[in-house]
Amino acid sequence: MATTVIPFGPQHPVLPEPVHLTLKVEDEIVKEAIPALGYVHRGLEKLCEIRDFNQMITVCERVCGICSMIHGACYSQSIEELMGIEIPDRAKLLRVIWSELHRMHSHLLWLGLFADAFGFEALFMQFWKIRERIMDINEATAGSRVIVSVNIIGGVRADLSPDQLRWILSELDIVEKEVRELQDTMMNDYTIKTRTVGIGVMTKAQAWELGAAGPTLRGSGVAQDMRQQGYGGYAFLDFEPVVETAGDCWARSTVRFREVLQSADLVRQAISKLPEGELAVKVKGNPPEGEVYHRVEQPRGECMYYIRGNGTKNLDRLRIRTPTFANIPPLLAMLPECELADVPVIVLSIDPCISCTER
Amino acid sequence: MLFTPTVVKNLLKKPATRKYPFEVREPFPKYRGELVIDIDRCIFCSSCERKCPSQCIAVDRDKGTWQCDPYACIYCGYCVDVCPVKCLSMKDVHRKPSTEKTEWIEQGTPPRHKKKETPKDAAPKGTAPVLDKSAAAAEEAAPAATEVAPEAKAEERPAAKDKKKDEKKGKK
Amino acid sequence: MKGKVIDVTLDNVVGEVMNMKNDGQRLVSFSTYNAGEGKIGILYHFDKALENTHLRLVADMDKPIPSVSGVYFSALLVENEIRDQWDVKFDGLVLDFNRTLLLDPEVTKVPLANNLKIGPKN
Repeated sequence: MATTVIPFGPQHPVLPEPVHLTLKVEDEIVKEAIPALGYVHRGLEKLCEIRDFNQMITVCERVCGICSMIHGACYSQSIEELMGIEIPDRAKLLRVIWSELHRMHSHLLWLGLFADAFGFEALFMQFWKIRERIMDINEATAGSRVIVSVNIIGGVRADLSPDQLRWILSELDIVEKEVRELQDTMMNDYTIKTRTVGIGVMTKAQAWELGAAGPTLRGSGVAQDMRQQGYGGYAFLDFEPVVETAGDCWARSTVRFREVLQSADLVRQAISKLPEGELAVKVKGNPPEGEVYHRVEQPRGECMYYIRGNGTKNLDRLRIRTPTFANIPPLLAMLPECELADVPVIVLSIDPCISCTER
Repeated sequence: MLFTPTVVKNLLKKPATRKYPFEVREPFPKYRGELVIDIDRCIFCSSCERKCPSQCIAVDRDKGTWQCDPYACIYCGYCVDVCPVKCLSMKDVHRKPSTEKTEWIEQGTPPRHKKKETPKDAAPKGTAPVLDKSAAAAEEAAPAATEVAPEAKAEERPAAKDKKKDEKKGKK
Repeated sequence: MKGKVIDVTLDNVVGEVMNMKNDGQRLVSFSTYNAGEGKIGILYHFDKALENTHLRLVADMDKPIPSVSGVYFSALLVENEIRDQWDVKFDGLVLDFNRTLLLDPEVTKVPLANNLKIGPKN
């Protein structure tokens, strides 16, 4: 059989971001996929040479547009660990609230895009309609829809009043009710099942060996979630990772769907346990010499920060490994032997965030 | 037949979207829409310039200008937090799209340094008109900032400062 | 830094990584830093049941480093990235982009090797 080379991307209707895959196809079956990155490389890691460690928070928040809050929180937590700062409990739980709201809106965005990838426009609009409520919460409480920018070294800089907490809870009830209405469609619809079940299968052993992260890993049956480490405010909350065992596109979408509901539950728990107190502690001095390695769970998976301080206000090295960077090798393992028409669905099933990946 | 209840429900429900340009939602009060400065209260301490992550603010203490590149500003609000006299604030409506690139320079009254005051005191009449001009320029730059007539205000302020100076002189 | 740090050398890095794989560890990523004049420090981060283990390799930048992408396939992206950012060559990369993973082919300056200073704006 003769091999045909079909380029996928850098501009492709299913992805708003540029990534290129060279697909070697025999008949309709993909035999090999070779990625090409670098279309949106910004070199953010280098910026730590001229921006001081406080200003770097805003840079880290802009690594990714969708999980900006969690990037900011991860960076702040790393610097706090390096400087030996213990932040107030209220700040920890406020970070959890905004982080989980971010996870919810990111997953709802993805569920909509995923529905769009196999042509289910109505479902796409429903998910994005629900998402708008969470964007409104972000805008009303933190001042911006996406880049909430609430983290500072030593705590948070925005507070939630009792009225706002009540409003968030009532909005979450509506969101949860509306999401549950879509549960049957997302999990059991005939059309969706034919497009996702058994497509892009990755076994548990494969996922572990290829270093998959987040829902891609948990969709293959590995119960690993960085929130189990109990960093920040997660130490106060009951938490159990969501796991599916099938390892196909359906399992990955189901993990994300159930995580939306789980995040709503975590926000409620955090609000019920929110203590009174200070929002931030005063930070004096510069980060000392030393290195710190911190991992957090983002909507797309495990995100790793490695920071090296040198005693000045600028950091020596800031290394960010985003979840999609870890999920590209598993994607390359999923694509062979799939049909060409399923490639968009499989690519989207790892929830690719290319701007994160290239930083 | 299966979808009849849904169809009827959807026909009776209000749409989930708004007709945007004609119907605008009330802004949330904490929204970081646009940076505004009350230049009359600014003391040109440059805290905002040092804190700004995108380095979009330039403060010139001697000339009394406060300059911001609105296209580089990321609306993080750090400058608002750090301002010691709270002359910076965030408006809850964002700027309308424009077809031309604009520059944003605010002209205010530069504060007088204690050390620099001594040579200037030699000719107090010479400095007063310069201050008048700069204050008037500030009024022109931000016409909606205050309702007080420019001349009256410009005259008022240097006079008040001269008074303070006289007091200090007396102490010396 | 959280977790155990094991120092390795150019000769035994692949063997140590192989041991980690046989132990059932997952490769998280590598981190790189400038370890003095002409030297690069590479940390290989591993994870097993949320426990961190790091291998630290300090090597000369002008000599090729043995690639571990034969052991862990997922190392290929990060090794190509290090090739881009530090101009360090890796021996035996399964898929070598030759400094074009993130950068364009016409870029000649190496961004992270501290030969390229970014100054303030204007």
